Amino acid sequence: MKLKYFAWVRERIGKAEETVEPPAEVATVADLIAWLTQRGDEYAHAFDKPKVIRAAIDHTHVQANAAIAGAREVAFFPPMTGG
Amino acid sequence: MNSTLTPTIRIQAADFDTAAEIAALSRGRTDIGAVVSFSGICRGGETQALTLEHYPGMAEAEIGRHAEQALSRWPLTGLTIIHRVGRIVPGEAIVLVVTASAHRQAAFHAAEFLMDYLKANAPFWKHEETAQGTTWVEAQERDDDAAARWSKTWHAP
Repeated sequence: MKLKYFAWVRERIGKAEETVEPPAEVATVADLIAWLTQRGDEYAHAFDKPKVIRAAIDHTHVQANAAIAGAREVAFFPPMTGG
Repeated sequence: MNSTLTPTIRIQAADFDTAAEIAALSRGRTDIGAVVSFSGICRGGETQALTLEHYPGMAEAEIGRHAEQALSRWPLTGLTIIHRVGRIVPGEAIVLVVTASAHRQAAFHAAEFLMDYLKANAPFWKHEETAQGTTWVEAQERDDDAAARWSKTWHAP
């Protein structure tokens, strides 16, 4: 699946997007954050306050307990500040 | 209720002309009795500039979902939403919502609903330049509260 990062999440991870193949036991958005956090310091830094992080699956906001099965694109970003 | 109305939704770097957008919405129409426009402007003071980042694809989808919700809740006869991205300096506009209806109340309420929802849910992020450097603008809890008061249990007047 494709992962996208925005704003300071993107800056901390050091890339705007990547393609990953998480193992089958990574079932939810929260699992995916925990899995990413173990991939390196930049991810640990980006997700050091996981409750602050917002997520979207295929362009729709989701909660941390949302299943990622079948997702084409998962995005992580800080609370939004548009308008 | 307004399945035939297609809202105008644009995300663009260029500035826009509010008067021209209102005119485009209402020109040649005799079913509009009220037009409400909200403009969000970049404030000065500490801020030297804002750079708006967005999530292409989701931003359009999310604004579209909010627009459909507004159209289903109020009898609107016209709707335009424009959100700018890129670098914006104080005095320039960031966002525009124009709502039209037969009567003012629907137009007022729908415009306020849309702005509250856009602030809390549309995937845009402001990066601020000041004399001290640059920082990401932090989300305000009051913006979430403002969006929450329009929840489904609340009935449109």
